[in-house]
Amino acid sequence: MFELIKPLITTHKLGLTIGNRKLLDDVSMTVREHEIVTIIGPNGAGKSTLVKVMLGLVPQTSGTIQRRENLRVGYVPQRFPVASNVPLSVRRLLTLTIKSADNEIMQALSETGIEHLVNARVAELSGGELQRALLARALLRQPELLVLDEPVQAVDFNGELKLYELISTIRKRRGCGILMVSHDLHMVMAESDRVICLNGHVCCEGRPAAVQKDPEFLKLFGPSAAKMIAAYTHHHDHDHESHGH
Amino acid sequence: MTMKAMGIDMSILTESFFIRALLAGLGIALVAGPIGCFIVWRRMAYFGETLAHAGLLGVGFGLLFNINITLGAVVSAVLLALLLLALKRQREIAVDTLLGILSHTALALGLITVGLVTGAVTGHLDILFGDVLTVSRNDVITVWVGAALVLAVIIYLWRDLIAISVHEDLARAEGVNVPWVELAFMLTMAAMTAFAMKIVGLLLITALTVIPAAAARRVSSTPEAMALWSSLFAGIAVIAGLIMSALWGTIAGPSVVLSASLIFVLTLATRQRS
Repeated sequence: MFELIKPLITTHKLGLTIGNRKLLDDVSMTVREHEIVTIIGPNGAGKSTLVKVMLGLVPQTSGTIQRRENLRVGYVPQRFPVASNVPLSVRRLLTLTIKSADNEIMQALSETGIEHLVNARVAELSGGELQRALLARALLRQPELLVLDEPVQAVDFNGELKLYELISTIRKRRGCGILMVSHDLHMVMAESDRVICLNGHVCCEGRPAAVQKDPEFLKLFGPSAAKMIAAYTHHHDHDHESHGH
Repeated sequence: MTMKAMGIDMSILTESFFIRALLAGLGIALVAGPIGCFIVWRRMAYFGETLAHAGLLGVGFGLLFNINITLGAVVSAVLLALLLLALKRQREIAVDTLLGILSHTALALGLITVGLVTGAVTGHLDILFGDVLTVSRNDVITVWVGAALVLAVIIYLWRDLIAISVHEDLARAEGVNVPWVELAFMLTMAAMTAFAMKIVGLLLITALTVIPAAAARRVSSTPEAMALWSSLFAGIAVIAGLIMSALWGTIAGPSVVLSASLIFVLTLATRQRS
């Protein structure tokens, strides 16, 4: 059934070797329209590297990448220096590489809930506000594929929940594909359509429920992680129902 | 108490050599502003220093082969910029270590070459510390033509330069041709180093770019404002430094840099804008 939906980006046996270090090994994966694919894995597993190769920021040493023609990508990078030396307002941050009308800027900002911060200084934003500004920045490009590298870092737990809800809403509203890197297993399991467990190579992949029972997943994260996720997912579902329609 | 009573003759400030020095210095200040901003934003101060030292090596070769020393400085600074761009891709040696090696090797080799060719390096202190009070009419023209060229390139690349200063990967992902913009910027830095050599001297050229920009950062809330303030501060530093040099006989280059430092200290009293 998945195969009927058009792929946005597909990698085939992607490899990256620097010196003697194999950072990526035979990574084959696909992101399609309207799905959230999350890459999880331990530190140093090559999650951000994979994303960078897929975006064309780092050239691969083997394998191929197929992008849909003229694919519009919105990117939120992992590290963004908050205390940047460049004095910037949020409006300016959004329009660094794109010329946009004022109403488009305001719309993108209202979509991520920070309309009121349009004239705020980037250096004065909180962690959550900065992530929302970067997300708005990505949305302004009308992306077909949204690439989010650790979108909830430097955000407190409450803000984290809200950000994941926002990402889920964006997918529903815009129908874009979302490729996300995360180490937060709870949220990932609740909001992703597919999970790719990476440790240089793809250890296992599939629907969250299937992945967390996979022996490879258990080997990487340990059985306690799986139990915690199960407990959380259950709680999360329940919560949803009680506020339901 | 008047200046005259202090035994200082102000008439020197209207002499034509002083006017020429001012014009040349202000031309440098104009470009030092925006270039300094990018050096501060991109954390390239050490790189600027390395380019300047390469310039000295170029001066040495210029004297050795009897070609124009400004040309020699431009060529060697450009070659070093290209070498660094290539070496940045390797991962064996950290970039700042590499800069430390190249910078001081170029300085040492430059001093030795200049010394061997001319018999004594001390005869060429002007290259190291600037000798703005002896600039000729042609020097002034060279500075302004060079400044106009450098400014034109910077204005042309402005948006892209700011995008890669904020976040290089993001800019690249959004279609900015990062290697090309980076190369073009390094070339403008190399050119400015060579043009400014005679005015503030190779050892202090980085100071004239970085210090006014650091001061401007404190009072600016947009990149454009910071570039303009930076040029303005550099200009004030040039004027103050030259007056100081003319009246008290201090070396011109260091006087200009000291004035810039003083401006920076004054901006510390203001609240940092973000």
